[in-house]
Amino acid sequence: MSRPTINCDLFVIGSGMAGMAAALFAAGRGINTVQAGMSSELAYASGLLDLMAVHPVRESRIWDDPWAGIDALIRDIPDHPYAHIEKADIRQALDEFMAFLNSAGLPYKADTDHNSRVITSVGTVKPTYCVPGSIWNVVRALQEKQPCLLVDFRGLKGFSARQIKEMLRENWPSLQTARFSFPSHAPELYTEHMARELEKPEICEKLAEKIFPYVEDARVVGLPAVLGITRTEEVVSNMEKFLNVPVFEIPTMPPSVPGMRLKRIFETGLPKLGVKPLLQQKVRYVKSSKSTGDLIFEVGPSDSRTTVCAKGVILASGRFFGKGLYSDRNSVYETIFNLPVHQPDTRSLWHRKDLFDTRGHLISRAGLETDEFLRPIDKSGRPAYNTLFAAGSVLAHQDWMRMKCGAGLAIATASHAVNSFLKIKSSLS
Amino acid sequence: MALLKADVLIIGGGATGTGLARDLSLRGIQCVLVEKDDINAGASGRNHGLLHSGARYVSSDQEAAKECREEGELIKKLAPHCVDNTGGLFVAVEGDNENYAADFPQLCDECGIPATSLDIRDAREMEPELSEKTIAACMVEDASIDPFMLSLENMAHAQNLGSTYIRHMKVAGFKISGNRIQSVNLRNTLNRKETTVEADQVVNAAGVWSGEIAALADIKIDMVYSKGTLLITQNRITQRVVNRLRKASDADILVPGGTVSIIGTTSTHIDNPDDIYPTVREVDYIIEEGGAMLPVLRKTRYIRAYSGVRPLVRLKASGDDRDVSRGYTLIDHTENGLENFITITGGKLTTYRLMAEKTADTVCRHLGVSAPCKTRTEPFPRSEHGKWTEPGFAPREWMRKNDPTDILLCECEMVSESAVDDIIASLAHQKKRPDLCSIGLRSRVGKGPCQGTFCSLRIAAHMYDQGYLEADQGTPSLREFLRKRWRGQRPLLWDTHLVQAELQEAMHCGFLGLELESSEKGG
Ligand SMILES: Cc1cc2nc3c(=O)[nH]c(=O)nc-3n(C[C@H](O)[C@H](O)[C@H](O)COP(=O)(O)OP(=O)(O)OC[C@H]3O[C@@H](n4cnc5c(N)ncnc54)[C@H](O)[C@@H]3O)c2cc1C
Ligand SMILES: Cc1cc2nc3c(=O)[nH]c(=O)nc-3n(C[C@H](O)[C@H](O)[C@H](O)COP(=O)(O)OP(=O)(O)OC[C@H]3O[C@@H](n4cnc5c(N)ncnc54)[C@H](O)[C@@H]3O)c2cc1C
Repeated sequence: MSRPTINCDLFVIGSGMAGMAAALFAAGRGINTVQAGMSSELAYASGLLDLMAVHPVRESRIWDDPWAGIDALIRDIPDHPYAHIEKADIRQALDEFMAFLNSAGLPYKADTDHNSRVITSVGTVKPTYCVPGSIWNVVRALQEKQPCLLVDFRGLKGFSARQIKEMLRENWPSLQTARFSFPSHAPELYTEHMARELEKPEICEKLAEKIFPYVEDARVVGLPAVLGITRTEEVVSNMEKFLNVPVFEIPTMPPSVPGMRLKRIFETGLPKLGVKPLLQQKVRYVKSSKSTGDLIFEVGPSDSRTTVCAKGVILASGRFFGKGLYSDRNSVYETIFNLPVHQPDTRSLWHRKDLFDTRGHLISRAGLETDEFLRPIDKSGRPAYNTLFAAGSVLAHQDWMRMKCGAGLAIATASHAVNSFLKIKSSLS
Repeated sequence: MALLKADVLIIGGGATGTGLARDLSLRGIQCVLVEKDDINAGASGRNHGLLHSGARYVSSDQEAAKECREEGELIKKLAPHCVDNTGGLFVAVEGDNENYAADFPQLCDECGIPATSLDIRDAREMEPELSEKTIAACMVEDASIDPFMLSLENMAHAQNLGSTYIRHMKVAGFKISGNRIQSVNLRNTLNRKETTVEADQVVNAAGVWSGEIAALADIKIDMVYSKGTLLITQNRITQRVVNRLRKASDADILVPGGTVSIIGTTSTHIDNPDDIYPTVREVDYIIEEGGAMLPVLRKTRYIRAYSGVRPLVRLKASGDDRDVSRGYTLIDHTENGLENFITITGGKLTTYRLMAEKTADTVCRHLGVSAPCKTRTEPFPRSEHGKWTEPGFAPREWMRKNDPTDILLCECEMVSESAVDDIIASLAHQKKRPDLCSIGLRSRVGKGPCQGTFCSLRIAAHMYDQGYLEADQGTPSLREFLRKRWRGQRPLLWDTHLVQAELQEAMHCGFLGLELESSEKGG
């Protein structure tokens, strides 16, 4: 049995938002990078990139300016991971991330000093920061309450244009709705399938023909987020050409096409930048070499195992869903290095009695505590390993679900972890 | 202020109240039943679902044991579709009192309760999950019962016979003049609108809340609240009911129901019957205790926990919980100077029919009606109302119809669009606006592994499409449904359930912002 060994500068564990961002930034700085990961939250995510919108969560205070929100957050929660990062660096990381998406054909837009408001599939209005180009038109349409036609489909469950219209009745009175059968008609529709179908120009045109007579005085048309997976820009522009008005997408419940687009863009784009992927492979930590300080891992199933030997590691292994954290009846554990996990004292404190308690659940703030370089600390409070860094939702003292900072946190900490690695590496050599 | 009139007003839509409505209706007396929440919102919807053979009570209360035996037999005969006649075992394990086990068959015999001692090996062959440390086993005629179907069917039958069911209506006060309740004030719990009912007779069947209702008439009933917590396993552990063969204690009964089993219960004295929820400590304790009898309980997965409160009435003025009656209590308040007010409380699910019969007898005496009780002989007609609560019914129906356009809104329990429409139609028939909780109560929606994460959103969307929800009603309806499910999930969130809960939070809060107050206003 051959056991190939891969030597690299940086090993990124995780292929979610944080792992992808870390691999991107590392490749951009010319670091020889290997990335491993199994299924992540990406394909579930809405595709919207939140930076910071709610603080204090208890008061449900919503920030229009995410940067001011971050200032207030750091003041009140000095352990929040954002506190370790300069705001200029966060901006820089987001710019770099968006530039990559843009160049890869999945443009995102943001109003740099403001959160933008988009609508969700249940008709709530969501403040977020970077918005996929295919969704962007809703921001202005909602703001100006433009006459708008909302489209839904027979057989696409969990998406009702009428629900959105009703929910927004006061906010956006000029909404109309129309329901269509999807051109390649099946009794039950799945978003991914629809998105692939709409990449065929004839299907897109057929659908546009059905919708066109209903546009009337609508100045914009909204559809569920199914406008293509690999060629969204093209599908959107075709649709706009046929309908003669701008269109926008509404992110749906998972499985979410905008999330799949992100996943795909990274999976195809990162190798081109030189990242060596070991995707769909499980990582097991072996040891740290006494002589070199390198961290050594075994990756993949027992019959075709790869050994990875890395100078530095970014742990972007996510939480319970991503499997970076695991819990039994008594405790929460970190799964790869068995690092200490900051957590409430007993399981009784993990979750609040009320699901929607505005303070959020304490378990959501459990995770890895780090030094200012994002190095997870051991029981004594010192970095557990000299060149092990953590990024993304595995970090403690944040509740991205309530604070609305999921992607921003993943991207900003990924960038900071890469920069820290470079700093520490150069201080060593 | 609207005014309703009725021969008999029944307060409380649990097993007792709905059973009484059917009993009276069968005697030709029309009733109005008011319920502050919905059918089985109290103990009747939060119990173990054990149709007692009586064996559990043979050493503590022989009267209760015999009542259970008789009533259990009647229900099995008259409402077979509500019962899963599993049979039951009593088993003792190492460390349990051997004398208790040895005396048990004799005690059963004295109460006329069939019980057969088993060889340990045979018992473990019948139920392979029994502990290796089993030291005694005995077979009895326990069964499991679907309390939701039972109450929905009782009420449906009463409605067909002319009675009326009003949910989300809370009794808020009595207008008393002389020795009669003149009228009863009701408040709608959703929109707070008030209504008045004038009834000849008023029956308080409010379970643990009976003391509160009596207090509205300045009558004191000394209630004791005993909270019990139960856990539902993801898979069915045994074919039969399994009881621990020892003096009744905690976590010593496992009741199978469809594809799951239910282990419990605990017994804790509490001061307030409202706002109860299962705790992490109770859950861990039940798992450890139950594991002594069935070790698999320490490893298996659980899908939900819930708690109920037993309505017990203190008999003597003593501080001891054991001096409370586990039998039922029927009070004709003529003894307190009110001649058209009756309270029926305590008892068990198993004896609900008997409680209803005795209460109806009293009502009839007050009304001067001589019609005899029919519920002892009259089989339950099989109505449509309870059918969707049965595990396996929705998938069977869906398969049978084989209509690809009838898409599944709840994929875990395979509840389709047409099933949801059917339930909505039955609610609309009762002139009621459907909401997610009332659909959840009448079906298996939200009871599968996703715990409502996906199906709640799909059903809400469907209800908007059908015009049953409008404006921003969907958000409070969703929140309410998810909150109710959460109570039962919260103490079980470790390992895979915690993963599921995290996904739910990511969707409902991270993405949709349903936790934000402003989400209720859509902006
Ligand atoms: C339903 C949903 C909606 C969302 N909506 C939004 C939104 O509206 N706005 C927003 O900003 N963000 C949203 N998010 C996304 C969120 O920002 C990110 O998913 C979150 O920040 C977590 O990213 P992560 O990379 O830290 O973790 P994950 O995505 O969990 O990734 C962890 C990675 O680590 C890997 N891993 C763990 N252990 C091992 C191992 N031993 N070996 C190999 N690999 C391993 C996993 O396989 C996975 O690839 C949403 C997410 C979900 C699920
Ligand atoms: C944990 C537990 C396990 C049990 N296990 C079993 C078992 O396995 N087998 C068995 O036979 N028995 C069992 N029991 C006992 C059984 O559940 C109860 O005795 C029975 O359900 C009581 O029914 P009820 O209709 O009298 O009361 P409830 O079901 O409590 O009904 C009272 C109703 O009155 C309503 N109400 C209250 N106040 C008002 C008001 N102001 N206005 C309008 N409506 C009002 C409530 O909402 C409620 O729905 C168990 C009980 C518990 C708590």
